[in-house]
Amino acid sequence: MSDQSSVEILTEWDIVAARQLGRNVAKELGFGTVDQARITTAISELARNIYLYAGKGRIEIQQLTENGMKGILIIAADSGPGIPDIRKVMEDGFTTSGGLGAGLPGVKRLMDDFKIETILGEGTDIRATKWLR
Amino acid sequence: MSQEIEFQYKEILKEYTKKQTEQNLYVGQNFSRQLILENIAPEEVISMHKAAIQELYGELPDVVWHSFDFLIEMMINYGLALQERQSLLKQQEELKVEMDLAANVQETLLKTKLPILEGLDIGLLSIPARKMNGDYIYFVSDHDGYAGVAVADVIGKGLPAALCMSMIKFGMDSLNSSHALPKDVLGVINRIVEKSVDDSMFVSMFYSNYDAKQARLTYGSAGHEPAILYRAKDKEFSELFAKGLLLGVSPVAVYEEHTVDLEKGDLVIMMTDGVTEGRNDEGFIEREVIYELIERKKKEPAQTIVQYVYDELERMQSAQFQDDFTLVIYKKV
Repeated sequence: MSDQSSVEILTEWDIVAARQLGRNVAKELGFGTVDQARITTAISELARNIYLYAGKGRIEIQQLTENGMKGILIIAADSGPGIPDIRKVMEDGFTTSGGLGAGLPGVKRLMDDFKIETILGEGTDIRATKWLR
Repeated sequence: MSQEIEFQYKEILKEYTKKQTEQNLYVGQNFSRQLILENIAPEEVISMHKAAIQELYGELPDVVWHSFDFLIEMMINYGLALQERQSLLKQQEELKVEMDLAANVQETLLKTKLPILEGLDIGLLSIPARKMNGDYIYFVSDHDGYAGVAVADVIGKGLPAALCMSMIKFGMDSLNSSHALPKDVLGVINRIVEKSVDDSMFVSMFYSNYDAKQARLTYGSAGHEPAILYRAKDKEFSELFAKGLLLGVSPVAVYEEHTVDLEKGDLVIMMTDGVTEGRNDEGFIEREVIYELIERKKKEPAQTIVQYVYDELERMQSAQFQDDFTLVIYKKV
């Protein structure tokens, strides 16, 4: 079962809208302040990647219910250039050393589950889940 | 986060808010170490702090609670930086283990047996500046009164130098004749290095061949530190020069070859620039210093002289060798 809603990312202000959407859903699900902050930081990071590297894309937030557990799913999808070397962007120190923020390894750490699919020239689809404990 | 920790934090905080003593702060600081050990993120500490204040002093203006929420948001990236650091430390640890293994492999590769020759006493010491040795020393002997020795220095240190060095080792193995002449050995190794090594990597090498029956040393050099000859009769030091390009520069390089006949008490000192380019606080250690060190111990066995030179240079440089150190001494007895 899932509920969904999404935000188009075109400008930097859309990052804020995506955060707001994520926070509302996280709050509604019962996530505490720390987890809310983690979820919105992950959303920020994914939305910023879309804004900076793909130009445009979409952040989708879903509520999940699975085996009696509740959770939040963030989907970041774009039809940008794709990521040539996933292993490299998932390496620690690759983005952070340039001062670019948490990067994808950061998103992975902030959430419980992280999946990435990317096709060169077609785009990237990232799905990150956090479960309510 | 465990309730136990939250409870302890609240108690420590309560003590401090009651009485602002150094003692109470010290207790808090010690507690923070435990938090780090238990992988508690900074944002969780603030959340814990907020909850503790709420329990202890329920009624405070909203602005206080909002400020904590803001602080939690601020701390998320610090928490990530901490986690990243821990994961990088783990990676570093793994790399260290790999390096240790590689160093062991290299040590096995580097193993060389001192030849036993009539009338010749040999001393040898080779010590890397880092884990991996960029110096190379290899003896070839067939128990027929001849022995060859290669002393090489890969320009550069550490892992890349060590990789390059293992190639030289296989080149030397392919020659494997104690009779081989320096100009031929250097020519062959030069072609191997030129073909298979990165353009930015060069190797210098001194090769000498000793004929025990005639006490004759034949030597050649590929841009290597000249060897030193000590004549016991004249009590004088001189350098054994031979012209030749560094290995790997040109495939058609040719190497000179010279001979010198040794007499009783004469010394031949072969080394890498780690020996001659040592530094102390006043600058480079002069070659004369090395002459002096050898002079003092010239009556001793070759191994004693080698060890003495190393110990003294180490002392002068306050035990901080910048470069790999390799020293071989032949003593005619």
